Amino acid sequence: MTGYTLSETASAQQLTDAPWSTKPGIPIPEYATPSSYEKHVVRTLSNPKGEPRTQHARTPHHLVNGTFTPNGLHFVISHSGAPDIDPAQHRLVIHGLVKQPLEFTLDTLSRYPMQSRMTFVECGGNSAPLFSNQPVQANVQTLHGLASCAEWTGVMLSTLLEEAGIDPKAKWLIAEGADSLALSRSVPIGKALDDAMVALYQNGERLMPGNGYPMRLLLPGWEGNMNVKWLRRIKLTDQPGMSYYEARTYAPILPNGKAYQFYFLQEVKSFITHPSPGLKMNGAGFYEVSGVAYSASGRIAKVMVSADGGKTWAEAALQEPVLPKAFTRFRLPWKWDGGPAVLQSRAWDEAGNVQPTRAEVIARRGQTKTPVTNPVAFPSQHYNGPTSWAVDRSGEVKHVYA
Amino acid sequence: MCMRNALAAVALTLFANSLSAQGFGKHIAESDVAAWDISILPDGTGLPPGSGTPDEGSKVFATKCAVCHGENGKGGIAAAVVGGEPLTSGIETTKTIANFWPYATTIFDFTRRAMPWPRPRTLTNDEVYALTAFILAQNKIIGASDVMNAQTLPKVRMPNRDGFIPRFPERIP
Repeated sequence: MTGYTLSETASAQQLTDAPWSTKPGIPIPEYATPSSYEKHVVRTLSNPKGEPRTQHARTPHHLVNGTFTPNGLHFVISHSGAPDIDPAQHRLVIHGLVKQPLEFTLDTLSRYPMQSRMTFVECGGNSAPLFSNQPVQANVQTLHGLASCAEWTGVMLSTLLEEAGIDPKAKWLIAEGADSLALSRSVPIGKALDDAMVALYQNGERLMPGNGYPMRLLLPGWEGNMNVKWLRRIKLTDQPGMSYYEARTYAPILPNGKAYQFYFLQEVKSFITHPSPGLKMNGAGFYEVSGVAYSASGRIAKVMVSADGGKTWAEAALQEPVLPKAFTRFRLPWKWDGGPAVLQSRAWDEAGNVQPTRAEVIARRGQTKTPVTNPVAFPSQHYNGPTSWAVDRSGEVKHVYA
Repeated sequence: MCMRNALAAVALTLFANSLSAQGFGKHIAESDVAAWDISILPDGTGLPPGSGTPDEGSKVFATKCAVCHGENGKGGIAAAVVGGEPLTSGIETTKTIANFWPYATTIFDFTRRAMPWPRPRTLTNDEVYALTAFILAQNKIIGASDVMNAQTLPKVRMPNRDGFIPRFPERIP
């Protein structure tokens, strides 16, 4: 049941009561989980046994719809697993270039005025297989599963920084987690005072352990790794820390041997989720093409969809509400003639940024010399070009470059 | 005053302006944060007392690091800490301390906060200085008998120090 494959038993026949309609149902549980028929709707794991390396859990974009990612399907990257934090023992400290260092508990943070905002979080390495010089044969979950969108509720970081009193010499803050690596990233004070949040709730419930329970830094639109999870310390400084993850990991190498540093923004991007590899199309006729678009620079202004590899384009409808720095679902009715087709989407944001073509990305950023064979490897980061899905006459969908 | 304005005035006294709802943070002395304050900045700010040499680091590495990072840091189940291809070899070139890391202080910071993997923050400051010295010497970035401490480490110039371009310079404070 993919939403695209029509069941053989759907042909007309005389209706009878199904077994579940002839007796009372099962008791309702305290905490609901999806139907037993939905067991395949799960994240894919890169390191399920928790070996001493990074773990990735990727969102199945092709098996969900709408705009927000259910908490159990929100992507996670953890470089050393998820700490089992007792919220009563957890502390957040703000110190360094402040007038008065302060310590907060989850209880004291809960006394502050809160805000909710819908925003995507995306790993800087999401979509990295598209740097391969040949298209990696993988589905949308593998290629783009390191981005998700949720409603986050918490205390604006500016409120807490102002209470501590910002020393005018402070230009950066270094955020640090309570995980075993004490993962740390440097954030310009400007972003901290703009829309940064100490998030306490994710889609209405407390944060998931893998997403930072009991509190995380939320930097709407900025590189996922900077949204430090299990947040325990914020130090205001006059310079960036040049931590391992900013000085090394999330600094992509350019073709000339230099490297980008402090990439910060997750630039305007879109990809089609329906149809996509694994969602076989069953015969010519009407299909809805849909996908998600998002940008660190505000709202999505427009999404164009092509069914002929970019020769001609049609404007997709944007599902309201269109929110800044959030997933925007786009939809376009498509009458498939049953012949070969190449589907592709491109997005524009309200700041005027346009999603570049793959050729434009590669001209600036390069591609691998040999095909990427491990679909969950990271040959580079911050790919925001389009993704092309080729549909063949049988209805199979494949990843191609077009 | 009409009824509506009167009600508004009552509401203002009952409901504080949200901006004035402050003051739940508990004061803490900077000295009480010391155990958590493990950030080392590129100019050396935060480096603790202590020192270490490559020879001392070699011994610590053999007992606490080589099991993952390989003998003498040549790589194992965890990354090599020695060597590296030129960055012009391709965008997918493996980033190493020698070919990529811009600041030597990052070696101290990351080793102290995150290593050894199963027991982070159990190394003494002398051990971290010694390991940093060993790694830098193995990569021929410092001499075989150079001592690393809070004064010498920030002065180490990494080979790729000038290899970076800020992606969004207007956002760098």
